Amino acid sequence: MPDTKTPDFYNIDSLLTDDERQVRDTVARFVDDRVLPIIADCFEHERFPTELIPEMAELGLFGPTLKDYGCAGLNNVAYGLIMQELERGDSGIRSFASVQSGLVMYPIHTYGSDEQKNRWLPQMAKAKAIGCFGLTEPDGGSDPGTMKTRAEKKGGDWVLNGAKMWITSGSVAEVAVVWVMTEHGVRGFLVEKGIPGYTTRDIPHKFSLRASVTSELFFDNCRIPESNRLPKAEGLGAPLSCLTQARYGIAWGGVGAAIACYRETLEFCRQRILFGSPLINKQHMQVRLADILRRITLGQLLALQLGRLKDEGTMHHTQVSMAKWNNVRMGLDVARECRDILGAGGISVECCPVRHMLNLESVITYEGTETIHQLIVGREITGVAAF
Amino acid sequence: MNGVSLQLRILAIIKQVPDSNAAIKVLPGGSGIDFTGLKLVPDPFDEYGIELAVQLKEKRSDVTEIVALTFGSEKAAETLRVALAMGADVGVHISDPKLESKDEIFAAQVIAAAIKKDAAGFDLILCGKYNIDLDAGAVGPALAEFLDLPHVGAVTSLEIATDGKHFTARRRIEGAEEVVECGLPALLTIEKGLVEPRYPSLPNLMKAKKKPVTMLTSAELPGLEASNEGVRFESIAPPPPRPDCKFIDGEPPQMAKELVRLLQQEAKVL
Ligand SMILES: Cc1cc2nc3c(=O)[nH]c(=O)nc-3n(C[C@H](O)[C@H](O)[C@H](O)COP(=O)(O)OP(=O)(O)OC[C@H]3O[C@@H](n4cnc5c(N)ncnc54)[C@H](O)[C@@H]3O)c2cc1C
Repeated sequence: MPDTKTPDFYNIDSLLTDDERQVRDTVARFVDDRVLPIIADCFEHERFPTELIPEMAELGLFGPTLKDYGCAGLNNVAYGLIMQELERGDSGIRSFASVQSGLVMYPIHTYGSDEQKNRWLPQMAKAKAIGCFGLTEPDGGSDPGTMKTRAEKKGGDWVLNGAKMWITSGSVAEVAVVWVMTEHGVRGFLVEKGIPGYTTRDIPHKFSLRASVTSELFFDNCRIPESNRLPKAEGLGAPLSCLTQARYGIAWGGVGAAIACYRETLEFCRQRILFGSPLINKQHMQVRLADILRRITLGQLLALQLGRLKDEGTMHHTQVSMAKWNNVRMGLDVARECRDILGAGGISVECCPVRHMLNLESVITYEGTETIHQLIVGREITGVAAF
Repeated sequence: MNGVSLQLRILAIIKQVPDSNAAIKVLPGGSGIDFTGLKLVPDPFDEYGIELAVQLKEKRSDVTEIVALTFGSEKAAETLRVALAMGADVGVHISDPKLESKDEIFAAQVIAAAIKKDAAGFDLILCGKYNIDLDAGAVGPALAEFLDLPHVGAVTSLEIATDGKHFTARRRIEGAEEVVECGLPALLTIEKGLVEPRYPSLPNLMKAKKKPVTMLTSAELPGLEASNEGVRFESIAPPPPRPDCKFIDGEPPQMAKELVRLLQQEAKVL
């Protein structure tokens, strides 16, 4: 019988290896035991649960695809399943892990010197150092090629001036991977907390990703030694390659958020008795539940095939764009639908759909807005960039 | 048993069981439960035993080896892997359709036979106070009997003497706490709360694949057949459906009257 509960309607479990299943189940258990009991309260009180960080590190959730530096060396499907389970908990927790692994450890591993790798990666795997990724600026994140933050070479050092905005984990990070314009084009720098000329400020009043820290970064004649420049990163392609990593994880995350909403809503429909029978007996409710299950199932298959392509080494970034677009849109639509099905109770943070719905408003914007991903796929079809 | 040297070798038994949150479907005719698509997990009580063993090894230099043993289907390899990822050194996996049985006394016989094959012997054998699938709690005491070992059940705290030859254990009994002293080797079943099982980390889960696992079937454990069963399984039935809930409408005085009437005339409990 197809599993409509988990849900795994197309028996996608049978397409996973033992390793992948076991990784997923381990992380699922952590999310059930540690994240779900506290996350609504964190969201309500705009608090990032820092107490979970050591446990997440202990579990090996940071940089899990790396083979050295104390990391697990998992494949990309297993990594995706981790992201799915974390986002089933909360997009804020998944964002923290995405940034640490995909946007900070990945560029240091790919573009860093041996010295930078040895210094940062073991510490970051253990979350002794937290990282953030600074690309977006106040004047338009979708077009990073026009960034205004600049670095000028003075003597052996670089001097940074400018600001970054909407930076996940900004104020809690020991190290920021910051992308700036130089006379040779875009370059990446490791900016360490506490150095003169570097300050951060948290962005308050968010109605989304409330269990995640989002900050502004300011650089005022901030001197960075050449040894803190990522030597192999040249041009905008470097930060964009990081985004491909993080977007890949988000494609799985959207599925996780939708699963959380579906499970809670299905249970509600079984319990709720209106006009003499439970909601699950109503024709229109069955259509809605069937439609939610259809969307989740498609998202699951899309994410898994994307992961297989990535593990094969043939994944194209435009395929990631389609999956990020589809699965976050799917998650957001499912969350809104579930919010509605729950009636008045659905507006309370005690029910998860409204929290996921609000969170996914960030997720659909960051790492390339939905429109940007549509335009990326459009360019792939037509060969014409229409940004 | 390893009574000679000042070294402790620990065996922790762990069973794969249906997840406590999973909906159990009974097969038509009550011949068993439907395992297709059923989520299986390591038994949470047995996990306390694994965790205790690992903590003992972390604290004491005389713990030489932790062996994790599972008796179950092929799929139980997953559970063994969790035990190895948590810190057990080697695994033993007993699996054979010929040995399948729901009788815990028979399971204890099979496990006892496997333990007797192990030349080095064990100083401490640990398992959960019962498994959440059958709730029988017979494996531990029966195994102790077959191995002729002392057994302390539902242990809530444990202190092993520095010489590794005896221990003090506490167990909760009705309205009191019992303190027992006992020599090693012995078999202990563990109560919830003695330790907090760790999550197997993902790197350890990967490394666990490389730890040695001995596979045992009825060929290696001759003379055992499920027909030895002390208890014969008849059938299994789902719990009876909960009776419908009745809502009483009206003003409180009428509602109270109606409630009394229903309790007297329909439920016949007054
Ligand atoms: C909670 C949160 C966390 C974030 N974390 C990070 C982080 O860690 N690091 C980081 O660098 N950034 C981060 N961001 C920033 C995020 O990546 C940007 O917000 C995003 O890239 C969009 O940029 P923008 O907000 O400036 O919108 P804009 O780029 O100004 O876009 C505004 C609108 O215009 C649309 N648009 C853009 N171009 C076109 C076009 N050519 N044609 C038609 N429509 C178009 C967009 O889709 C959007 O609807 C985060 C954002 C949020 C909300």
